[in-house]
Amino acid sequence: MEHLLEAKELSKYYTTPNGPLHAVEQVSFTVDEKTTLGVVGESGCGKSTLGRVLVGLLDATGGDFFFEGENVTHPDKKKRKELRRKMQIIFQDPYSSLDPRMCVSDLIAEPLKALKLARGAELEKQVQELMDTVGLARRFAYSYPHELDGGRRQRIGIARALSVNPRFIVCDEPVSALDVSIQAQVLNLLKELQIEKGLTYVFITHNLSVVKHISHDILVMYCGCMVEKCPSKELFAQPLHPYTKGLLAAIPIPSLHVKKPDIVLSGEVTSPVNPKPGCRFAARCPYVSDLCKQEMPKPQELAPGHFVACHHAKEINSL
Amino acid sequence: MDAKEKMPPVEEAVEEKIPKKRSYFGEIWHRLKKNPVAMVCLVFLCVLILAVVFANFIAPYDYAEADLSLRFALPSAEHIMGCDEQGRDLFSRLLYGGRYSLMVALIAVAIGIVFGMVVGALCGFFGGGLDSVLMRLMDVIMAIPGLMLAICVSVALGSGVVNTALAIAVGTIPIIARQLRGSTLLIRSQEYIEAAQSFGEGYFRIIMRHVIPNTLAPIIVQASLYLGGSIMAIAGLSFLGLGVQPPTPEWGNILNTGLDYIYQFSTRWHVIVFPAMFIILTMLAFNLLGDGLRDAMDPRMRK
Repeated sequence: MEHLLEAKELSKYYTTPNGPLHAVEQVSFTVDEKTTLGVVGESGCGKSTLGRVLVGLLDATGGDFFFEGENVTHPDKKKRKELRRKMQIIFQDPYSSLDPRMCVSDLIAEPLKALKLARGAELEKQVQELMDTVGLARRFAYSYPHELDGGRRQRIGIARALSVNPRFIVCDEPVSALDVSIQAQVLNLLKELQIEKGLTYVFITHNLSVVKHISHDILVMYCGCMVEKCPSKELFAQPLHPYTKGLLAAIPIPSLHVKKPDIVLSGEVTSPVNPKPGCRFAARCPYVSDLCKQEMPKPQELAPGHFVACHHAKEINSL
Repeated sequence: MDAKEKMPPVEEAVEEKIPKKRSYFGEIWHRLKKNPVAMVCLVFLCVLILAVVFANFIAPYDYAEADLSLRFALPSAEHIMGCDEQGRDLFSRLLYGGRYSLMVALIAVAIGIVFGMVVGALCGFFGGGLDSVLMRLMDVIMAIPGLMLAICVSVALGSGVVNTALAIAVGTIPIIARQLRGSTLLIRSQEYIEAAQSFGEGYFRIIMRHVIPNTLAPIIVQASLYLGGSIMAIAGLSFLGLGVQPPTPEWGNILNTGLDYIYQFSTRWHVIVFPAMFIILTMLAFNLLGDGLRDAMDPRMRK
């Protein structure tokens, strides 16, 4: 089956005075059409960088990236323009991602104008339709972002991304700046739009309950590397990587009687600047061996669709 | 789960009142109108500019017409602001003088701001080698004392309205550039710039539509301050024989001459007070108008 999106050992390094910062290191995954891939990991693990590389805001340092079966890692200008209509991004912060000096209708019209997709009365009509689609009342058309609450602002962000009729949207922590009650509204809106318009999402978040709610597949990242990728249900039922286990164990359960598994990750995240060879998680892993410190584990498929990047995954889980 | 149910009911229930859309400048004007101080200043400046432009119809006397019997005549019905050291009508001289002073000052500020903004925005937005080269150049200009620089430029270019304006503007360019570079760096890191890039907007469009409007506020206030400074700088140049030549009047020139008689202030106060009043009121009006304009351009100040 043809995947809509395929990343092959995609890497992105930043240059810093102390050497290259390995923000994303050889991440491979596929996303099928009309599904959602959740990308989780702690702050600074490279999730947002990955999202920005996918939509072409950052240039990949290495690896390949296929969209609709075509290699679009380094597209030319014409192709890039075409891709902008097919891939969009929703930003994390609905406060700083909207120009404070533009009113709602201008904000939503911006991508349409920039890509010269509509003008005049047609433009106005499309803006109104988009506002209806994302559930923004028309009376807000000439309001400014500071007059609206976080949920409505994020709806503007969604409308902007939708305006060019994309097939694929990167959602970069679209709800983490919002109140919990509004998070649900926005997530449901995104879900609804996915069904209605057949959208494909890469959903970046650090919130595991959010990712559970919206994703079909989940990719867990740690310090730039992919540690585990599998269907959403399987991840929560049977995590195979020691980091994922620790991550899931850290989810608070609002009950007195549930005994949580006793896994606490100690230590700090290793610096992604000039990293040592070997597994990035080695310094904090309870199952660490000499092999882990020498060689970076490659992702292996331990169950159908379940990839784990750990030398000892089999022994740990007695598979 | 049905998302529609979860949305706040107000969104659907309230009858849709869609406010009228105003253009960008229409919106600014609408907000400015509500600021009485700014409006008073605007009216004052309009009257002043009209009076100065039509000085030949309004002024009661010729600006060069001397009557030595009227030396330092105090304000009276014939000469409402009195006469200067050569017995020339001060009011007429101030009106004619405003032509030159205001025109040069406005042009100087405009040149300073436009060039300063271009340099500042480019440096802040692109950074790198361009930034280093241009900003070092700005530092070099800033290291030279303002008046000295103005003298050099006006000697090189000769006199004339635009040349004098240019001579004064050169000194303000680096200050504006520096300021704008700083605010551009700040705006550059905002997510809405990245968002604009993700829609494929070009650099020019991003700078014009997002960077400049968001950095304009401090520049407008700065501009109104420079306007007053420029009027005085013109006076300095004229004093050195590089601006306008006597008998053509000019505000700074008139004030400078008047200041020679400050020791006889009790009997010759008018030769100092009236020119100073014109300069101060003009500066104040531009300043307050600039303040009002800054507020009017910021949608967050909308009440």
